[in-house]
Amino acid sequence: MNTSLRNNQAVLLAGSAAILLLVGTALAFYWVPNAPLEGFRQRIFYYHVPIALTSYACFGWAAWKALRLLWTRDQRYDLESYTAVHMGVIFGILTLVTGSIWARTSWGHWWVWGSRQLVLFLVLFLFYAAYFMLRYSVDAGPRRANLSAVYALFGVALIPVSFLAIRLANDLVHPVVFTHDVENNLTASQFTTFFVCLAGMLALAGTLYRNELTGKRVDARLRELREALQ
Amino acid sequence: MRYFGDVAALARKDLLLELRSRDTLPAMVLFVLSTLVVFHFALPAETSETAETGLLWVALLFTALLGLVRAFVAEREQRVLDGLVLAPCDRSAIWLGKGIGVVAFLALAELVALPAFALFFGPVGWELIVAVALADIGLAAVGTLLAAMAAASRARELLLPLLFLPLVIPVVVGGVGASVAAQPGRYLAFLALYDAVFAILSWASFEYVVTE
Amino acid sequence: MTVIRARGLGRDFGAKRVLRGLDFDLAHGGFLVVTGPNGAGKSTLLSLCAGLLAPTSGELTVEAERAEIGYLAHEPLVYRELTALENLDLYGRLYRIPERRERIGMVLERFGLWEARHERAGSFSRGMAQRLALCRALLHEPRLLLLDEPYAGLDDAGTQLLDDELQMLARERTLVVATHEPERVSELATSALALA
Repeated sequence: MNTSLRNNQAVLLAGSAAILLLVGTALAFYWVPNAPLEGFRQRIFYYHVPIALTSYACFGWAAWKALRLLWTRDQRYDLESYTAVHMGVIFGILTLVTGSIWARTSWGHWWVWGSRQLVLFLVLFLFYAAYFMLRYSVDAGPRRANLSAVYALFGVALIPVSFLAIRLANDLVHPVVFTHDVENNLTASQFTTFFVCLAGMLALAGTLYRNELTGKRVDARLRELREALQ
Repeated sequence: MRYFGDVAALARKDLLLELRSRDTLPAMVLFVLSTLVVFHFALPAETSETAETGLLWVALLFTALLGLVRAFVAEREQRVLDGLVLAPCDRSAIWLGKGIGVVAFLALAELVALPAFALFFGPVGWELIVAVALADIGLAAVGTLLAAMAAASRARELLLPLLFLPLVIPVVVGGVGASVAAQPGRYLAFLALYDAVFAILSWASFEYVVTE
Repeated sequence: MTVIRARGLGRDFGAKRVLRGLDFDLAHGGFLVVTGPNGAGKSTLLSLCAGLLAPTSGELTVEAERAEIGYLAHEPLVYRELTALENLDLYGRLYRIPERRERIGMVLERFGLWEARHERAGSFSRGMAQRLALCRALLHEPRLLLLDEPYAGLDDAGTQLLDDELQMLARERTLVVATHEPERVSELATSALALA
């Protein structure tokens, strides 16, 4: 893929991310009517859930790249998988932050164990934080790429299993489960706003991903050239 | 079935090694007993049965961790793992052989821990025993794979708990749930699901953990 | 028939480049001697040929299955807590050696370890451990032998045994030997590689 086409794609992606997010924000704050029960505070939903879904998408993308690495042994996929996990963790942290804010405004606490979403992301955060510990403690090379890839695949298997576990745990630990009313049924206007925000978040993740990946690739190439000159 | 012959040879080797050195299993048994005693002192007087059972599972988890940290020590110290990896057998046989050893050690440690728990705290029902058996499989499956990962890193013993704990949270949920809930069936089924998913995943991906 | 072919072979360890731009061929029945100072990458090269490491640049083709490769490393690759016999029995099973017991007995005898067969490998002296490692490497009669400093730690008797063994092997098998003392094997070698 020649450079100018790549540049065009990058600009297009960044541009659409900006537009979608601006439009989405406008819709979320001005167009969509107040949610019946929660009121104005509920609008954080239009950030929180798209961010959460984007985080899942990043982890899924990382797992796909990991699979490609193990399948083809092409080291190129290692950086891609790593960057995707990186993005996933960033959006994961944002999920926890927005979720915490929402919990505070809805139920008065910064943290509620009864919120399945929050707990799941906490577990995933711990898991993927360990991913970085793993990478830092293994020297760069094919072995590190393999280990990271296997771990990323485990992560993606952990997501549904953890979700199930937390569901089961709530029956034990929390008779009262905290869900936001809006997560259950969406009106047409809510759905449109949500969808625009989701598309925007995904585009943002994509932009950041490309950016980060290019940066990492340039670093690697620079190192290679330095080595070759020695 | 050559594959199972390989697995048997490898599992036998691990049991033989433990018999000779006798360090891991006694440590695990002593550890779990000490932990239970510590729990007695750590819990206030009217602690519910549920809380006590929960702590039992914590104790089992950390006992498993203790055993797993030692899992690939012999292979790592003499680089014997290279010798095993070079052999024409399927690399997943290494995982399976080692995993069987881990399950055996866990079961032996639990053979002491559960009666001790019944003695110190409260009765142990059949659901708890079944849950422990299922949990052992899951813990050994992911634990063996992660132990091999940690063995390949510089941080080793430090890394294994970090990798292990988030991944086995579902096991704790399933285990405690099966032990205290009115209807343990769901939790036991969940444990079985966890075992199936992660055993298959570990079996299939072990090859990539020990090769380049 | 070429058993090993390397083109531009390179291996990095993180930022450190250990091997770079290696080109060589090893034909069937050949004997390649690899020399070089410590840290030059001799062991790395052998690990690459064995398949334990993957190249980070260039290409390496080894026309041999895992069952046909015999690898001798710096470490003996045996369990210290198991006896010599138990160690070889394990490898014998994993390598699916026919008539395992006889073969193990023969090899132990050959390298003068038969009397010590029931002793823990951890109690062996350096020389005996090296002999046991040689037993392990040769147990399955591999087609391709990769030996990393095979003479290290051997006493005079052991050295003599190894000389004889290499004489025989050089006739029938393909070998790559990394060594500090190339003079020992210079007669047998068909090609040489000096790493910097």
